[in-house]
Amino acid sequence: MEKSFITPSRIARVSALLVILLVIAGVVSILTGTAGIGAARVFRGIVTGWREGHLALDPSERTILFSIRLPRIIFAGIVGAALSTAGVVFQALLRNPLADPYILGVSGGSAVGAIIGILLGAGAVPFGIPALAFLGAVLTVALVFVIGSREGGLDSNTLLLAGVIVNAFFSAVIMFFISTSSSADLHTITFWLMGDMSLADGNKIVLMTLLLAAGSGVVYCYARPLNLIVAGEETAMQLGVDVKSTKITLFFAASLITAVAVAFAGMIGFVGLVIPHMMRMALGTDHRLLIPASFLFGASFMVLADTVARVVFSGMELPVGVITALCGAPYFVYLLRTRRM
Amino acid sequence: MPIVKVSDVDFRYKDIWALRDVSFDVRRGEFLGVIGPNGSGKTTLIRVIDGILAPEKGVVSVSGSAIRGMRRRDIARLIAVVPQDSTMIFSFRALEIVLMGRSPHLGMLRFEGESDREIVRRAMEMTDTSSLADRSMDSLSGGERQRVLIARALAQEPEVVLLDEPTAFLDIKHQVEFFGLMKRLNRERGLTVIAVTHDINLAAAYCDRVMLLKEGRIHTLGVPGEVVTETNIREVYETDVLVDANPLNGLPRITVLSSNPVGSRKPV
Repeated sequence: MEKSFITPSRIARVSALLVILLVIAGVVSILTGTAGIGAARVFRGIVTGWREGHLALDPSERTILFSIRLPRIIFAGIVGAALSTAGVVFQALLRNPLADPYILGVSGGSAVGAIIGILLGAGAVPFGIPALAFLGAVLTVALVFVIGSREGGLDSNTLLLAGVIVNAFFSAVIMFFISTSSSADLHTITFWLMGDMSLADGNKIVLMTLLLAAGSGVVYCYARPLNLIVAGEETAMQLGVDVKSTKITLFFAASLITAVAVAFAGMIGFVGLVIPHMMRMALGTDHRLLIPASFLFGASFMVLADTVARVVFSGMELPVGVITALCGAPYFVYLLRTRRM
Repeated sequence: MPIVKVSDVDFRYKDIWALRDVSFDVRRGEFLGVIGPNGSGKTTLIRVIDGILAPEKGVVSVSGSAIRGMRRRDIARLIAVVPQDSTMIFSFRALEIVLMGRSPHLGMLRFEGESDREIVRRAMEMTDTSSLADRSMDSLSGGERQRVLIARALAQEPEVVLLDEPTAFLDIKHQVEFFGLMKRLNRERGLTVIAVTHDINLAAAYCDRVMLLKEGRIHTLGVPGEVVTETNIREVYETDVLVDANPLNGLPRITVLSSNPVGSRKPV
């Protein structure tokens, strides 16, 4: 019985393991690429550099490793962590194993925002497109809440249906824009819709880190109430949770986290659906462990997925959303067929 | 001083009255049964006492403080509820369910400490669920699940336990086992219990007093012998029953008189 209690030390152990995994994923990723900078060469450079007090690498190699690949790896990690954390929260709040971070209309709303940005040439302004995508996402979640709330509270099923309907409506809007836009814009739009990691830079990373830290911090404070809500809303009330305010806080925190990821990286599917499932199967349903584990494992998964997207076809990059969907959908089918969720 | 005091409570769902002029007291250490037909307001009463529904009029107080306006956390330290069998989408282990009972006693980021674990261990011993600790809830039988939920209620260390048709999905063996366990906790630990049930015989056998509800009003409230009578049951349930004394304990026992009994024979 003793080993079954969730303790801070168990959470720390699991997290430490997943941090190691994340570091390994990062190292593999930074050494992988089409520029052909071999691992041996980099290690020799670092080891020699250690002795001589500077990195024994060419300036061009240094640029590729630390100004191109490294920011992109951090960017991918942030996006993966954000989507997986938001996925855990949405699945728990809606008590629906099929919920993903986009379920309340965040995807449709941010896409419409981003497309309007692309068509208006907002790409020329710093943070122009992400800002519009973020705005679109936030406005849409607010709209879904207005549609989905009944007197007395937020019913999960009503909210879910409101999200589905709003997303469907926005799909039509997106189709309208796509069918009427020029081919140059079309390429940008398509890439954005499928998830794009190629535009990482330092400012973005700082901004995203701050927003993600704030959102995840709020989410983690509610980890134990979230366990109780999963057990049933009336049960949670009987056990002392103010369900209504907890749900509203968590829906907004998780939507903010999702909006951050979507605004900067576009639509990347399946991560927020599959990673929480994998972690839940491995570690159980206690969110005090499940939230940090999903955060870290989601980051590792996205780093590796983006690495594959960078190198799988020589000479061109795939949108990372293609990779996550190609891995995620079959895995999900496997889950459906072999286990009960 | 009564531990639960319900005074002049009215409650309605939109335009349907669910409770009218309900007033009663429950003594500390009492086992009160609440019976009545479907829609008579039994479950509404439980939810009003627990503060999940706010009454239109009237006051519910537990241990001298009014429930209305209290934070959920404070209510959960006074009142625990054992629900009907609950199904969950994501399964928890039995131990995790019982640990949830400590939740109202913990701060936001606080983990269960040694004293909480000790309380949980004792709650699981009392309900004979220690051996189920690491089993997932959906691998347990209905009877085992209900015992785990009792353990959770005990871990809450409440003043009062409310039972909301807890035996609705149990077979007779487990029904008797459930009420036997509640009765033992009531006698040995002085736990105050308010039990809503459909089973009139169980209520008569285990409760100190029984409350009979009809259309949201208290029809009769008293010891089982006063409440469970042929006249009362006919008036409230509109069903003919035979009430006799249980030969084992002398408590009232009802037999439903079917309108077309299969085994009946005409006297020859």
